Formats: sequence, C-alpha cells, structure tokens
Amino acid sequence: MNEILEILSENAKATPSEIAALLGRSEADVAREISELEDAGVIKKYITLINWEKLDNSVVFAVLELKVALQRKTGYDAVAERIARFSEVESVRLISGDHDLSVTVRGKSMKDIAYFVAEKIAPLEGVQSTCTHFILKNYKEHGVILTEKPKPKRLVVTP
Amino acid sequence: MRQSLKNLPAWNADAHLSHVVKSMPPSGIRKFFDLVSEMDGAISLGVGEPDFVTPWHVREACIYSLESGNTHYTSNRGMPELRDAICDQVRRDLKLDYNPAKEILITTGVSEAVDLAFRATLNPGDEAIVPEPCYVAYAPDIVLAGGVPRMVPTRLEDEFRLRPEEVAKAVTENTKAVLLSYPNNPTGAIMTRADLEDLADVVVENDLLVISDEVYAKLSYSVSHVSFAQLEGMKDRTLILNGLSKSHAMTGWRIGYAMGDSALVGAMTKVHQYTMLCAPTMAQVAALEAMQKGNEEMLRMRHEYDLRRRLFVSGLNRIGLDCFEPRGAFYAFPSIQRWGLSSEEFAQRLLLEQKVAVVPGNVFGQSGEGFLRCSYATSREELIEALDRMENFISGL
Repeated sequence: MNEILEILSENAKATPSEIAALLGRSEADVAREISELEDAGVIKKYITLINWEKLDNSVVFAVLELKVALQRKTGYDAVAERIARFSEVESVRLISGDHDLSVTVRGKSMKDIAYFVAEKIAPLEGVQSTCTHFILKNYKEHGVILTEKPKPKRLVVTP
Repeated sequence: MRQSLKNLPAWNADAHLSHVVKSMPPSGIRKFFDLVSEMDGAISLGVGEPDFVTPWHVREACIYSLESGNTHYTSNRGMPELRDAICDQVRRDLKLDYNPAKEILITTGVSEAVDLAFRATLNPGDEAIVPEPCYVAYAPDIVLAGGVPRMVPTRLEDEFRLRPEEVAKAVTENTKAVLLSYPNNPTGAIMTRADLEDLADVVVENDLLVISDEVYAKLSYSVSHVSFAQLEGMKDRTLILNGLSKSHAMTGWRIGYAMGDSALVGAMTKVHQYTMLCAPTMAQVAALEAMQKGNEEMLRMRHEYDLRRRLFVSGLNRIGLDCFEPRGAFYAFPSIQRWGLSSEEFAQRLLLEQKVAVVPGNVFGQSGEGFLRCSYATSREELIEALDRMENFISGL
C-alpha cells in the first residue's frame, strides 16, 4: 500500500509534517501527494472512530441482509445506490453467499430502525426480503479492539 | 536445642559469597530504574525491548499447547521441529546450511547462549575481545567463565563499526575469541559485508573464534543483515547467537539459539543440559509458531520501527542532539559532547527536569561516554513528546 495512505488510515490527524518525518520525505512533497490523492477520490473523507458504548445517549446500529432481484443492465447497482442515499444508511456492500446486500443502518432506537426498514427498505422494488440484525455489542472496529484492557507494563529501564 | 546452637552470632552471608560475584560492578542502570519508577508522567526511552505485545497468534498457539497438556521436558537441544524451522529460516536468510540434529541448540534466551558460548570455550586466563560500547552482559559472562574480557573501543567517526586495527592491537597470546554484536545495542550500528571482510584477516591471522550475537539481525533497515559466518571460509569458526526476543516481540518468553560447528554446539549443549536441561517447552511451542507463521507480523513491527527511526533520528538532529543514522536495532545514540556534561549528569538532569529517561552511554562501556542511548521502541506520540521535552531541556543548558 501507499505509505502515506497506510499512515492516514491509522491516524487521520497525522499532518503532512509528521508524515514527512516518518517517511524521511519533504513536507511539501507529502502535502502535494495527499492533495493528489484527495483530488483523485482515493481519499474520500477523514473520520473519527468513536466508541459509542462509552456514551449514555447511545446510538443503535443494525446490519440488514437483503435479497435483491437482479435487474437487467443495472445488476445490483440501481437498488444498492438507491439504498445508499438514505442518511440512516452507513454502509452498503454487495456480498457473496446467502444474501446479496449487507447494509449497516444507524438509528436512535431499535424501533426507529425497525420502522425505517419496514417503511423505506422492504417496499423498494427489487428488494425481495430483509433480515435485520441489531448490533448488541461492538468488540472491534476498524482494526481497533474496543474492549481492550490496558497494556501490560514493561520495566521502565532495561539494558 | 543443643546448648552450642544457642546465642550464635548473626550469620554472615556476605562471607560466603564468591569473590568473582562480589567484585562484579552493580548494573549502571539501577539508579535510573529507581528514579523513573517513582516518577509520574515520565517518558522512558530507556527500555531495551519492543513495546509490542507478542502477536496474538503466537500467544494463542501457546495457550492451545498448554490446554493440550504439552508440559514435559523437550530434548536438551530443543524441540526438533523448532530446530528444523530455525535452520530453514537461516538457510533462507543467510544462505547457510546447518544440521538441525547437531549444529543448533535452543537456549533460554540469547543471554543463556552468550553465557554458554564463553563457558564452553574459555579456559582460565583466556581472553575474549569485546567491542564497546556494548550490551552489559558480555564482560561479566566472560569473567564468570574464568576468562578475561578485553574491551576495544568503537567510535562515532566510524559510525561505531569495529575497526580491524583495534582488534589486532588487543590480541595477545591468550586471545581466543572475538565477540561481535551487530546490529548493535546501544549504538544501532551495523557492520557491512566489507567491514566484516576487513575483520576476517585479523581473525584468521590470530586463529580466533567469532561469537556473533545477532539478536537484532531482523531489525536492519534499508540494508540486509550480513553475518560473519557468511564470509568465505568463516562459517566453521563462527558461532551465531540469535533469538526471537527482539524480532518477534518475545522478550519474556526467553527463547534463543546457538548455531555453529557441531563440536562447539555440542560443548555448549553439555553445559546447557546440566544447568538448564531444556528451554521452557511452552516458550518453544510459541517460538515454533512465530518461526512458521510470524513473518508478516515481524515485518509489520519492523516497518513501524523504521518509521519511528526516521521520525526520531531526524528529530534528534533537528534539536541539536547530533546523531549518526543507526541502521539496525531500535536505538539512537546521540552525542552530548558539546555541552561538556557527563552522560550520567546529562541523563539525570534530563530525567529530573523534563521527565525523559534515557540510558547514559557510559553504562555500555567507557567509549559510550558522551552519548545517550535512546530507544525508539515506544509509540510515535511518546517519541514526539520526548523530543519536545528534550528540546526544552537543551535550550536551558
């Protein structure tokens, strides 16, 4: 992988000057490459990984498995892109196996999500069936273990 | 109780200690260890081990093995599968063939291998040449084996590589071995193939055994590690010592190995069987997993060290702590000579005034005076913060 992307994928806050120091390159050079990656749409957004479970007014997530009828010409794209436009929808993926689309939905409550699925997703033309799985606990996200205990300590000075 | 056993004077344990042990100097880092331990918010660049926890697949393999009841001794030399796996890796990395049945011994850390190497080869009064600055155990191990350590200096202007002239100067009729330790702790120096070839002449001329501690070999950056054993005709007289502690973040498991001529390894195995019997079985199982499936994790950790190395070394030079480019291990060895403070004074004041712990270079021998050992086996955030604090400290000098 591109070394700059590797660093940014771990830490969106890494500045061009920090990245330059890590890679032994010039800051201007790194900044230029980053803006090229942004312009090319390779870097889409800089986001923050939040452990929602630490907050009281928690957010509910659900994974929907959808069976979709294949459309002539547009395949799965038309229905997937339609679903993707809902602001409640966090991710839409075409998957192999029993189902066709895997959709992550975010809502304020389980009821919220259930209504959203019933009113907006299930009736869509091409959607043959839905199965809603509410996420009960999040153990690992984006490569980060959310339930991790503090690291064991090393001896403070060793030869 | 018998009358004669009553009212005895206090027993004097000290009088029962060996003279050799009593005359050993205490560790130079003890004082810093105590100071840092009591301090809140200190950043330690004084740690000589990876900050990574052993990769999970390795820990998991060990847990599974324990669940299966794999708790018995292994053969003295170590599990055959582990010896095979290490010989395979050495064949790939160094293009050298060792016989897993008699030319390798699995030890309890490289520390044991170093001790065994000296004990198996030195007669009372035999001398072993050790380049300084170096890891703190070599000289005491030589003394415990009845030998005499001959320390030779390495210098900043040579990027702390060992010059053959220094070895030649130190050779006497009693010299038996020369120890090499590259990539080096504490300097981060490496020896290139050409450097080693220069050394080979002196080694052959004086018929020396070469004991090569290569525990940091995998942590070489933008160069491939070259072992003295790879030089034409040098394999037989070279004893390679290595282990998984640094490369696979497995310090606490204590797994090392020695590879070389079957007579040498056989002699070490004799001492090993009477003192250690075998390296811990559960750690050997973990080491086997790391050897067979741990390459990707190892490369991932090395890549991270390399990023930190660039960040930290360029940072040191920027704030005025002049530092040559270390190409191995995870240490930077900046010079503090322009301030005229001793390494110890500098390190102590840096710790007390800015809460950054480093190890004074003189701990690793007289030629380390005027330098600091800074480990970059710590997070990027801590390295950046440490550089800020060090800059503050320097501006107040």
